[in-house]
Amino acid sequence: MQIQENKSTLNVIPRDNEKIKKIWKTAGILLAITVVEFIMAFTMDRGILLYFLFMALTVWKAKYIMMEFMHLGEEAKPLFYSIIVPLIFLVWLVIALMKEGSDIFMLRW
Amino acid sequence: MSAHSTAIEVSSKRGIWGGGNEPFKASYGKLMMWFFLLSDIFTFAAFLITYISIRVSYPAYEGSLESFAGSNEYWPVPELVFEALPFVHGLHAPLIFVGIMTFILISSSVTMVLAVEAGHRNDRDDVVKWMLWTLLGGITFLSCQAWEWNHFIHGTDTGTVMTYVNNLNQVVTETIYGANLTVNEYGPASFANLFFFITGFHGFHVTIGVFLLFLCFYQAAVGVYDRRGHYEMVEKIGLYWHFVDLVWVFVFTLFYLI
Repeated sequence: MQIQENKSTLNVIPRDNEKIKKIWKTAGILLAITVVEFIMAFTMDRGILLYFLFMALTVWKAKYIMMEFMHLGEEAKPLFYSIIVPLIFLVWLVIALMKEGSDIFMLRW
Repeated sequence: MSAHSTAIEVSSKRGIWGGGNEPFKASYGKLMMWFFLLSDIFTFAAFLITYISIRVSYPAYEGSLESFAGSNEYWPVPELVFEALPFVHGLHAPLIFVGIMTFILISSSVTMVLAVEAGHRNDRDDVVKWMLWTLLGGITFLSCQAWEWNHFIHGTDTGTVMTYVNNLNQVVTETIYGANLTVNEYGPASFANLFFFITGFHGFHVTIGVFLLFLCFYQAAVGVYDRRGHYEMVEKIGLYWHFVDLVWVFVFTLFYLI
């Protein structure tokens, strides 16, 4: 019985160091933002300002993950918008449920 | 990335409605993965926004951090709840463990992009190498989460005296250790419920991701993708894995930082 040969038949393209560098750079940015969040958690007073900064940094990280890691920015424009535009609905959900939550707070305490 | 170069000849008279167009310029599988992820974004967003909503319906802890004690009268301060490390008992190390978990998941996301990049180049050795690192990261993250849950459920040595309504509808006051779905030593019952539900649902996604990563690693290693002629499966599973990382970024902020 002949052992099946397990060699690639495809044409292997050599590494593009520029691209790989860009990936590591994005990783560095993500880690740096996380470290900043970490430091802020221990040095700043809890309050609206801190929470706002946390959310802003989180959305910024999310942007890097979606654009650089998931390559959404390189997709065709209709695909890009059909993923991003529906997320607008979440804005209303945040407003509605925060209002709801604070109203429950007023009733309860 | 579309692999189709053999589009049907379309006469210009038929215009864009005549078929043969690819407005999204993506394969069926990738497109469906994106729309699945969009629906999953809505699911997770609903959970996390519910968390925010329930959280603002409780008073925040007002006292000093040194004298913090769990109570179902106010929402706990996360850095004082998640402060344990494995193997070192009783050490106060706020958020260190969850920081390590975040680092592991982000790193495994990075190795995943490197695998996808290697897939674009049809480089089997690199795909296999980076898939293996990603798989390792995923399994490590899951193990960390198992420990985190275990510690959360069993609680601290001292516990907290809580007055609450138990399963038999009686008001009881007793010392509570750890957490379950009725009562927990850290804060209101919904704090533990939301923790179990949201990190559990995320952990479930990671578990499925680890299965998919293993499948992808195996198929790449035995040359399935070479015979198929392209490494698009790495890209699709990569999308899913990055999504898991994306959700964790939000879970990390909402549960552990705010």
